[in-house]
Amino acid sequence: MAVKTATGAPAALPTGVIAQPAKKGFWAWLNKRLPVDEFITTQMTGYLAPKNFNIWYFFGSLALAVLALQLLSGIYLTMFYKVGEATSFDSVEYIMREVNYGWLIRYLHSTGASAFFIVVYLHMYRALLYGSYRAPRELLWLIGMLVYLALMAEAFMGYVLPWGNMSFWGAQVIVNLFGTIPGIGPGLVEWIRGDYGIADATLNRFFALHVALIPLALLLLVVLHLTALHEVGSNNPDGIEIHKKVGPDGKPLDGIPFHPYYTVKDIFGVGVFSVLFAIVVFFVPTLGGLFLESPNFEPANPLSTPEHIAPVWYFTPYYAILRAVPDQRLGALLMLLAVSAFLFLPWLDRSPVKSIRYKGWMSRTALTLFTVAFIALGYLGLQPAEGLYVVLARIFAVIYFLFFLLMPFYTKLESVKPVPERVIYHAH
Amino acid sequence: MADHAVVDDDEVDLSRRKFLTTATIATGAVGVAFTAVPFIESWSPSERARAQGAPVELDLSKIDAGQMATTVWRRSPIYVVRRTADMVTRVSGHDGELKDPTSQYSDQPPYAKNTLRSRTAEFLVLVGTCTHLGCLPKQRFTQGELYPSWPGGFFCPCHGSRFDLAGRVFDGSPASINLRVPPYSYPSPRTLLIGVDEKGAA
Repeated sequence: MAVKTATGAPAALPTGVIAQPAKKGFWAWLNKRLPVDEFITTQMTGYLAPKNFNIWYFFGSLALAVLALQLLSGIYLTMFYKVGEATSFDSVEYIMREVNYGWLIRYLHSTGASAFFIVVYLHMYRALLYGSYRAPRELLWLIGMLVYLALMAEAFMGYVLPWGNMSFWGAQVIVNLFGTIPGIGPGLVEWIRGDYGIADATLNRFFALHVALIPLALLLLVVLHLTALHEVGSNNPDGIEIHKKVGPDGKPLDGIPFHPYYTVKDIFGVGVFSVLFAIVVFFVPTLGGLFLESPNFEPANPLSTPEHIAPVWYFTPYYAILRAVPDQRLGALLMLLAVSAFLFLPWLDRSPVKSIRYKGWMSRTALTLFTVAFIALGYLGLQPAEGLYVVLARIFAVIYFLFFLLMPFYTKLESVKPVPERVIYHAH
Repeated sequence: MADHAVVDDDEVDLSRRKFLTTATIATGAVGVAFTAVPFIESWSPSERARAQGAPVELDLSKIDAGQMATTVWRRSPIYVVRRTADMVTRVSGHDGELKDPTSQYSDQPPYAKNTLRSRTAEFLVLVGTCTHLGCLPKQRFTQGELYPSWPGGFFCPCHGSRFDLAGRVFDGSPASINLRVPPYSYPSPRTLLIGVDEKGAA
């Protein structure tokens, strides 16, 4: 297939198609009216991705697969779910016990939520490993972060909808965080709730946001994320720009067409993922309280607090930071900073190399410590905030922030390894 | 047809175009801002929510000395304690064990920012949710009920926060501020009105 490459542009990406063999019939009719062929040629068969992708490159396509699953299962849940203080909890039990395969649809959705965060965290970690957030991919990274933030809002509001007791108290704690904003806080909380406590009005608006507004925003952001990706091209484990080494035909020597090479790879990834996913859905859908917490199997009760209020696992690193700070307002601020720190990575990393493969010992140590801190905070956020747990949470919170704060220094100070001209690739 | 001035089609008055563009954008932005108002306002508590959050009246003559009555105002339990003279004396004497004895950092109307945290010594009015994580503290009014030096007060069963008979939090509790005091007033000596004070309805 002939692919025209842009001339003069720094990144010689395929931008268009030339001389397609004339087609007849429906396909020709269609393509005169809708650029299907052009889309496939520029975005699939003509999108050249580095040939050295490894296992870390499965998670982007897996995130797309989970998004599709969440949309499908979510739409089906709305067919049986009845939003309202008086009906929400009962309708979820109705789905679980009486709707044909309702239990499966709901467990697909609840497990899908956790799976979404697993693949997104691994997808983000890949970027940390190989410097995928570095120029020219800063905006790609920022859009990805917006996807992550939208996902957090989506997951939080979705957790409120079954109107179990943890739904209620989780909403209470999270919404009250806005109350710590000086001045406008209390009024803002009342506006978010639409009542003087977490109430029917709150549940109803969270439903609207969860099923309509945020999914629409997520879809838009995903399209922007992919468009930006296809504009700048994929990074790779060596952190080398493949478009700097082009062959006589103007195509990157280390690039291979996304379709069929990576579509096949990604479909295989989806297959493996589906097996693991099915094991959870069919055998351990609550995953011992990690994916669905036991207090949520009792109806919301404003006059009875669960023994320990803990969010679902994907929020616990930030929750641990919130509780590690004795001052509520400062805690909320640090929690916000912990989430948004990732936004600044493209400008904090001053290393001359992108990939961890060629960075020095300081970057490696920093990333290792950060990984340990993030997982440890995730564990501590599930534990009661007392004694040793709080002390440990403080230590790991400091490590968490030092990873970001010191990054401009250690990435600049350390000596790095030479980066090869071409990507490292061993044929199988 | 009327005569028109001859316009040179190739000549575009860029400053005029820029002015019109800016003016259009500015006018449009104002329109968008006004259009946003009803959508934003729709999220504020509705008339029904406001009506249900109306002040609550309580007949004080039905509370015996040393007893506590509970009512609900704006989805929060409200504790009303009729303190005996003995209970009032037990509020003082342990300021050193309290986190915020003068209610400096706590949340209460100005008339409750005193040692007894109330308008009158007799009646204590509190929001009955723990300032830690919102559980309901239990009454432990008897002296020495929890431990020998216990002056009487409230105990939260969830995480062990302790409060005295004025709702002030003891050191060593996970809660960091005293129990909240709602706005309240006495329309008559026998009636308590929760949610209304001199400043009007909350």
